[in-house]
Amino acid sequence: MAVRLKDLTTKDTPMTRGHRMCPGCGAPTAVRQGLLAVDKPVVITCATGCLEVSTTIYPYNAWNVPFLHCAFENAGANISGIEAAYVALKKKGKINKDIKFVAFGGDGGTYDIGLQALSGAAERGHDFTYICYNNQAYMNTGAQRSSATPTGASATTAPAGKKIPGKVQRAKDLTDIMAAHHIPYVAQTTLHNPQDVIEKVKKAIETPGPSFVNILVPCVLFWRIDPAIQRDICKLAADTRIWPIYEVIDGQWKLSYKPKSFVPVEEFLKPQGRFRHLFKGDAWKHVVEQLQQEVEEKWAYVLERCKETWEPK
Amino acid sequence: MARRDITSGNWAAAEAMRQINPDVVAAYPITPSTDIPMKFSEFVADGLVDTNLVTVESEHSAISACLAASISGARVMTASSANGVALMHEIFPIAAAYRAPIVFALVNRSIGAPINIHCDHSDSMAERDMGWIHLYCEDAQEVYDSMIMSVRIAEHKDVLLPVFVCQDGFITSHCFEPIEFLEDEEVKNFIGERDPMFPLLDVDNPVAYGSLALTDYYFEIKRQQIEAMKNVRKVYEEISEEFYKLTGRKYPIVEAYKTEDAEYVAVIMSSATGAVKEAVDKLRAEGHKVGCLRVRMFRPFPWKDIAEILTGKKGIAVLDRAASIGAGAPLFTEVKGALYDSGTIVPTNSYVYGLGGRDFFLHDAEKAFTDLINGDFSPEERYLGLRE
Ligand SMILES: Cc1ncc(C[n+]2csc(CCOP(=O)(O)OP(=O)(O)O)c2C)c(N)n1
Ligand code: SF4
Ligand SMILES: [Mg+2]
Repeated sequence: MAVRLKDLTTKDTPMTRGHRMCPGCGAPTAVRQGLLAVDKPVVITCATGCLEVSTTIYPYNAWNVPFLHCAFENAGANISGIEAAYVALKKKGKINKDIKFVAFGGDGGTYDIGLQALSGAAERGHDFTYICYNNQAYMNTGAQRSSATPTGASATTAPAGKKIPGKVQRAKDLTDIMAAHHIPYVAQTTLHNPQDVIEKVKKAIETPGPSFVNILVPCVLFWRIDPAIQRDICKLAADTRIWPIYEVIDGQWKLSYKPKSFVPVEEFLKPQGRFRHLFKGDAWKHVVEQLQQEVEEKWAYVLERCKETWEPK
Repeated sequence: MARRDITSGNWAAAEAMRQINPDVVAAYPITPSTDIPMKFSEFVADGLVDTNLVTVESEHSAISACLAASISGARVMTASSANGVALMHEIFPIAAAYRAPIVFALVNRSIGAPINIHCDHSDSMAERDMGWIHLYCEDAQEVYDSMIMSVRIAEHKDVLLPVFVCQDGFITSHCFEPIEFLEDEEVKNFIGERDPMFPLLDVDNPVAYGSLALTDYYFEIKRQQIEAMKNVRKVYEEISEEFYKLTGRKYPIVEAYKTEDAEYVAVIMSSATGAVKEAVDKLRAEGHKVGCLRVRMFRPFPWKDIAEILTGKKGIAVLDRAASIGAGAPLFTEVKGALYDSGTIVPTNSYVYGLGGRDFFLHDAEKAFTDLINGDFSPEERYLGLRE
C-alpha cells in the first residue's frame, strides 16, 4: 500500500492550519501526516490534552471533519459509542456512507488514565483506529511525568534534584500491551520519515477492526529542544533504537526500520533539556548506562519477535 | 389492546426498552439494576431488538459510549445504580451540555460506605445539579410508562436533555406487581423516530462537540442549558397528556393526595408514598385532616405547584430517603425554599428515613403526622425507623 508523497502534496487534511499548538510541536505533524492518505470520511474523537485544547478554542475550530472531545480518560469509550451508533444507523438504512473512526489521545490519556477504556474498546472489536501522540508527559497541565516518560527525564512531578535524577522508573511498553490484545493492527513509529507515518496510519484505518498506532512526537517545551529539530530528534529516536519502529499485523511482528550503524542513546538525550542534568558531572552516568541497557533489552526483544537480526556497521 | 402481566420494576424497564428498540445500549452490571441489561441482552440474543448492545468494561465507559452514540444521532438508553452512577458522575454534566437525549433507568441504591446494596436516594441525589431531568417513580407501572414518555421528552427540540427514570432498588425493581403494557405498535407510534439535530455522523455537515470555552463563552452556554430545563415543564405536560389519552394513566408532575382540605401534609417521593397514603386514610378515619404530596419530578423542581398546594397548611413533614450530611436533606431544602417564595410561613419538619434500605412502615408515616398534629415542630432533622 505504498503511497506517493507527490500525490499528497495538494491534498487537504482534516486538521487545518491556524491551530494554537506551539511551533515545532510534533502532535499536529502526526495528525496531519497520519490522516493525509486516508480517502474515506473520518470522524474524530480526542482525549483532553494539548491537541484537543489547542485545536478547538470556541468559537474557532481547526477540524474540518466531525470532532468530539468528551473527557480525558474515555476516548476509547467515545469512539466505541460513535462506531456503535454508526453500525446501528447503517443497519437501519439511516446512513449509507462508509465512515472511519479515529481517536487521538496523548500519552497521559492513553498509557495512564485512559488505558482501561482503550483496552475495553480493543477487546470488544469495534472498527476504529486509536492514535497515541506520545510526547512522554502530561503537557496540557505542565510537563508532569506519565508512565510513558523515559527513565532519567526531568518532569515537573519527577524533577531532577540533588538526590534524584528525574524519573526513576522505566517507561511502560504500551505498544506491546496493545499487541497482546490480538487486534489486527498495531504499530509504533515517530516523525523520522513522513512516508512511514502516512502508510502506517492509512493501514491502521483501512484495516477492519481495532487498530492502534503509537507515534512518538516531540514536545518542544518538555523536551526543551529547538523547534527546528523536530524531524532530526525523531530520527535520533529511531537510530538510537530507544523507539523501535515496527508493526504487528495479525500477530506477525514486522520491523520497519533498521539503523545502519550503532548510535549510542546519548545522541538522542543530549540535544534535549529534559536530560541535560544527566551530563553534568558523573553523578548520573549510571542512568545513561541504564537507559542504554533498557534500549538493548527492548531491541533484542523486538528483533526476536520480528525474527530479525541486526549487524550494525 | 393493552396486555396485562405480572412483572418487576426492572423487567418493566427492560420491556419498555424492548419496545422502544433503541439504536444503542451501553451498560455495565451493578445490583440492583443488573436485571435490566441482563433481560435486554436476552432480547438482543433472541433477535427481538435491532439494538447495538455495547458491553463496556465500566460504567464510566458506559455513559461515555452512550454520550458519543447519542450525539452521533442514535437513540440511546442505559441503566445503573449507586457506585456505577457515582463512577459516571464526571460524564453526566457533559452529556447534558452536549444536549444528548439519553434515557437512563436509575435503580436507586445507597452509596457506600458501609457498602450496602439496598435502596436509598443517595446515588441520584448526588447528581441533582448535573443538568439532567429527574423523575422518581412510585411503582413498576410508572417506571414502564416513564421510560416510554421520557424518550419523547428527552428528544423534544425545546428540551434535548437526558433523563433519569428513578425507581427504588429492590422495593420496586425486584417486587412483582401487575402491569399493563402497551402493544409494540402503540409504543412505536408514540415515540416515533429520532430526528437528531447536528449529528456527529453527518460527515457532509461536520460539527465539533466539546470545544474549550473559557471565561468568554462558558456562562452563556450554561444559560442555554438552564433555559432548556425551563422548557421541560411545558413539554412534559403535553407529552404526559398525550400518554394519558393513549393509556388512561395520568402522571402529574406532583401528585396531591387528599391535600385540598388537609391541615397537615407529608411530602414524599417514590415507593414509600404508599405507606404515607395509607397513614392518611387511617388518620382521616380518626378525624384528622391530613394529606400526602408526592414529588415525581425532582428536576426541574416544581416550586410553584408545591407552594400552591402547601400554602395555608398548618404543618408539613418532608420525608427524605437521602441525607445531605452537614446541611438539610435534599427534598426538604427544596420544599422549604418553595414555601419561602410563596410568602407564607408553614411550620415544616424534616424527616430522614430508609437509608441503606431500612424499611419504612405505616407507623413511621403515622409518627410524622402525629408530630404535626401535636404541634411538635423543630428545626432539627428527625429520623424515622432509626435506633438511637
Ligand atoms: C479526570 C481528569 N484528570 C485530570 C485532568 C487534567 N488533565 C488534563 S489534560 C492532562 C494531561 C494530558 O496529558 P497527555 O494525555 O499526555 O496529553 P498532552 O497534554 O501531553 O498532549 C491532565 C492531567 C483532566 N482533564 N481530567
Ligand atoms: S506544550 Fe508541547 S505538546 Fe503542548 S502544544 Fe506545546 S509543544 Fe505541543
Ligand atoms: Mg503527553
